[in-house]
Amino acid sequence: MVRPIIPESLWTKCPQCNELQLARELKRCLKVCLKCGYHFRLTAPERIQLVLDAGTFQEYDRDLGCVSPFDTPEYKEKLLAARQATALNEAVITGEGAIMGRRVVIAALDIRFVMASMGMVVGEKIVRAIEAACVKRLPLVIFSASGGARMQEGVMSLLQMAKTSAALIALSRSGLLYVSVLTDPTTGGVSASFAFLGDIILAEPGALIGFAGPRVIEQTIRQKLPEGFQRAEFLCRHGFVDMVVPRPRLKATLGQILTLHQEEKSG
Amino acid sequence: MVNLEFERPILELQTKIDELRAFSREKRLDLANEIAHLEKRLRELTENIYKNLTPWQKVLVARHPGRPNTLDYINYLFTDFLELRGDRLYGDDPALIGGIARLNSRPVTVLGHLKGKDTQENIARNFGMAHPEGYRKALRLMLQAAKFKRPVIAFIDTPGAYCGMGAEERGQAAAIAQCIQTMLGLRTPVVSVIIGEGGSGGALALGAGDRLLIQEHAVFSVISPEAYATILWNDPARCSEAAQKMKITAAELSLLGVVEEVIPEPPGGAHRNPALAAQYLQEALTRHLEELRSIPEEELLRRRFEKFRKIDDEYLKEGNAN
Repeated sequence: MVRPIIPESLWTKCPQCNELQLARELKRCLKVCLKCGYHFRLTAPERIQLVLDAGTFQEYDRDLGCVSPFDTPEYKEKLLAARQATALNEAVITGEGAIMGRRVVIAALDIRFVMASMGMVVGEKIVRAIEAACVKRLPLVIFSASGGARMQEGVMSLLQMAKTSAALIALSRSGLLYVSVLTDPTTGGVSASFAFLGDIILAEPGALIGFAGPRVIEQTIRQKLPEGFQRAEFLCRHGFVDMVVPRPRLKATLGQILTLHQEEKSG
Repeated sequence: MVNLEFERPILELQTKIDELRAFSREKRLDLANEIAHLEKRLRELTENIYKNLTPWQKVLVARHPGRPNTLDYINYLFTDFLELRGDRLYGDDPALIGGIARLNSRPVTVLGHLKGKDTQENIARNFGMAHPEGYRKALRLMLQAAKFKRPVIAFIDTPGAYCGMGAEERGQAAAIAQCIQTMLGLRTPVVSVIIGEGGSGGALALGAGDRLLIQEHAVFSVISPEAYATILWNDPARCSEAAQKMKITAAELSLLGVVEEVIPEPPGGAHRNPALAAQYLQEALTRHLEELRSIPEEELLRRRFEKFRKIDDEYLKEGNAN
């Protein structure tokens, strides 16, 4: 089920314009198609490498796991396969590092891991990252991507929406900044909780962002959705995203936002 | 009234009693003893069937069109209900209603998803599936409640938030996120009760308060059993198995610590005796509200945050325990 987003082969085909490009070349261009500008999905490690200053990352909670009444052999197998395929313990990486010299707490979800769905471990890692930001008085940057709630964990996955949203209230009351970056795709329980609760919400070009997935909507309304529906640009036009930021400008934009919110050192 | 397959023995016996009664009237025969005997059997049969419902059968009871809805309970429980409409941004959502009313003569703010009783009503109420306007109306009325120090009582009864084009265009995800967060941080007591179907984020939007109560035959789940079976097994027919796996019944949710209390229903479910179901509901709501009113505001919020912070504490393990 879990397949690498970019095949390890030498050539990569753009899913939008079908252009073949050298994988090495594509990587150099931050995985943005040279011909049409399509933003390939990034893994969480790639995302962190892209945005943090080299050598500044310290990871949190990389060994957190979960044993619950919802476990089934089928689900445990799925988790094991995802762990082997990604070398991650769960669908989010959290930690702290620096963006253009400014310290931040950072989280990045990884779509390769059970569609980056939010279960107890994802929710807990996000909450612990928020709490760390509160304690250390650091800004928080979350790169969201998710298929929604981890339904294999039943109602406990649903409750992660409340758990993460509650933690963000404490962050907000501490007067700390939270920048939410929506990447392809951000839907379901993640979009309907922490992803849309940022002080500033950025999105990557072309990212699918919504509550329901397009297929579910098409089944509900029994018609095809128009081109560009639920894409980042569409959300920006409708007032739900502050700006759509192309990947090559993402780090500089984050740096600018962080600088604008830097606490003045008194005395 | 829609009949559920597993209720057939109940309905058959009921028909027999009705026939006997008519017969006794017609022939002027005294069959009181026989009728009383059959009625006793009917009570036992009903209780027995309802005590042993499978999770999937609970889903069917929770969705029963004859089951009392939010408006029924508002009429039974409160006096002076004044419906307040609109989100002040776009429109008014008939699938999620709200207003001010008195519970035991004290003002409260009431919110609730509203399903219809028949097809026509359901079309008007969008089957209890709210658009962003509904969640934004709830958000507005919650802030109003906090301003006037009124507690909030929320009735949860929805298959989920609506998945349509308009809902997406107007920010369904953002509306739900803001509604949940507003309820979590609200400076007044909030008691929610699941009275039927508690489906997904659309249900949680009204369930992130101080207490989450559930009626005996109501259900609460991350996704419908049909959708779970379709997505995980590509087979919607396995919904009964899905319902079992998902732990969606009141008793299971109570064991998980997700709900604070299971409110009993009359024998045979709330749809057999809505007045009595309402009485049980009123008793529980009154008790929880009294407890919460005595807690200072900061302490109330601290406990609410703590409740959600610790909701899955016992399952999380350091050291990749899998």
